[in-house]
Amino acid sequence: MNIVVLVKLVPDLVEELNIDPSGAALDMSWLRLIINEFDDHAEEQAILLKERGGGQVTAIVPEYEGADEVLFTASARGADRLIKLGGDFLVANNHALARACAAVIKELNPDLVLTGVQANNDLDGPVGPTLAECLGMPYVGYVSGVATGDGKVTAMKEYPGGLKAEMQVKLPAVLGIQAAEQPPRYVAVSKVRMVMKTATIETRDAGALDGSGAPAVGRMFQPEAAAHAEMITGSVDDVADKLVNIFKEAGVL
Amino acid sequence: MTTIAPVELSIYDRMLEAAPEGERLRLCLQCGNCSGICPFGYLMAYPPHRIISFLRAERFEKVLETDTVWMCVSCYACTQVCPSKIPLTPGLMARTKEELILAGNVPSELQSALENSQRYGNPLGESPRKRADWAKDILPAVKVMGQFRQPVDVLWFVGDYPSYHPRVQQTARALAKVLNAIGINFGILGPDENSDGDSQRLAGERGLFEMLAEKNAKSFSRYKFGEIITTDPHAYNAIKNEYPALGISYPIRHYTEFLAEKLDALKPLLKTEVKAKVAFHDPCYLGRANGIFDPPRELLAAIPGVELVELAHSRANSLCCGGGGGGMWLDGFQWEKAHVRLSEWRVQEAMTAGADTLAVACPYETPRFEDAAKTVKGAGQLHVRDISELLLEAMGM
Repeated sequence: MNIVVLVKLVPDLVEELNIDPSGAALDMSWLRLIINEFDDHAEEQAILLKERGGGQVTAIVPEYEGADEVLFTASARGADRLIKLGGDFLVANNHALARACAAVIKELNPDLVLTGVQANNDLDGPVGPTLAECLGMPYVGYVSGVATGDGKVTAMKEYPGGLKAEMQVKLPAVLGIQAAEQPPRYVAVSKVRMVMKTATIETRDAGALDGSGAPAVGRMFQPEAAAHAEMITGSVDDVADKLVNIFKEAGVL
Repeated sequence: MTTIAPVELSIYDRMLEAAPEGERLRLCLQCGNCSGICPFGYLMAYPPHRIISFLRAERFEKVLETDTVWMCVSCYACTQVCPSKIPLTPGLMARTKEELILAGNVPSELQSALENSQRYGNPLGESPRKRADWAKDILPAVKVMGQFRQPVDVLWFVGDYPSYHPRVQQTARALAKVLNAIGINFGILGPDENSDGDSQRLAGERGLFEMLAEKNAKSFSRYKFGEIITTDPHAYNAIKNEYPALGISYPIRHYTEFLAEKLDALKPLLKTEVKAKVAFHDPCYLGRANGIFDPPRELLAAIPGVELVELAHSRANSLCCGGGGGGMWLDGFQWEKAHVRLSEWRVQEAMTAGADTLAVACPYETPRFEDAAKTVKGAGQLHVRDISELLLEAMGM
């Protein structure tokens, strides 16, 4: 099976987030990027499928600072082919990302495309469904388990409220992975360093990015405190009386 | 023409090469002392001497099918008693853990500490930019080398836990104030400092250790200083004994050694009586691994009002707090296996010794022993203090 994993890098929330002077975007100048947690799971799921049923895994990472490291780590885990997609993706939205990736993925003729179901910077919806639309493939999201066979996959999809569904999807298809069947494995530094000496990263140029169709951000801001909690002070009896009054006013007593 | 294919080293050969003097593994007598003295040996499916016998029988894969090697806290007790002087802790045990890591058999708690160390340069997963934040309110100001840009006499390698852990930040602040009080011209690396990597190495992540050492070496080479002192015995051990093999060599002392030599300047400042019956816990990587037993005791003895008592396990026979060799990041895993923590045994010993204060000199220990004191019956009143904190108290600060 020919599996493609799309991995993007997102702002690392260990560092504080600042708003760009435009007031409608994040200030990216000091931000460090980290692999999107859900894409990490998608990658693990791809490797698990390969280990179970054979095939080839191609990892695609749009060009950001740190993309090479993410690709080498993917290789150390078991990815066979590494592609870096050149372009100004730092400020690109998911519509642009999906269109640019679709062009490259089409060429690869995949049976299955995996990506994370969501990311912390999805302002115009997750990338998976848009990518599936560009590729003309079916899409299932919130997947936490995949079985393959007979030109089909069975995806375990999670719904809110503890419901699960098994969905049969014809290949080729795009799946949005919520969780791999096991947590992403640890990759020893020595393994990554070894891979850096031997693995090759292919680069493709995405050309001009087209982000049309996405909603425009009007204003981006830190959460603002609207109202403060009222601290009730006094003796136990005073506090109890005040509480009773508050409950009465609220109509619950 | 015939080409000779490179011979793949057997696991036995790789074990022999795992540490300096690793060849001594051949001299194992199978006496079992190592496994007997190991504080968690009774829980290991393959304690050290058994690993060696399975290596010799070419059945090492059996060891890799188990996970109890992760009970090893790299405390050097086995290495200390080995009559054949085999480097069991840095060689056999660390190499066995490395094999487990390469095979993907890593407890998840440890995995996240290792990933954090890779990405942020500290196992706690904190922002590298905030590494000097603990020092913000101290006067005279603590010099961060990247901003200060002048030579200092002493480069203080603060370490991960003193930089970030809320309880251990107090010991960092105490030591900064003590150094200020005796007029030491010192600086810290702040954001340029990375984890020393020693515990990661002993947890089997040799590649990560080398990566962190290289980053620290780059920082060291950027600034001018006379010597390095460390808060952490693990950092001391790494920089003193492991970094030189990577071409990184600087004069280094643990802060207790450094201060003990400054006792003449320190003593006149220790005017406030600290009425306490103090037991000193010898940290594994200060005492057993590096032979530094007296300087911490000299500092404690110089504090007016302090009565020193010895724990049942003391000096070279000390009992690990449980934090070494990755133990700091395996608390849940080890609890599941043992239902006891080494720190709890140690707190019990402090109670038996009649101590009201447990003095420590390693950043892993204050939080570990304070947590243990909450669970050991009757130990609720036990104070856990870093030596730097007791010195500061004696200065009336």
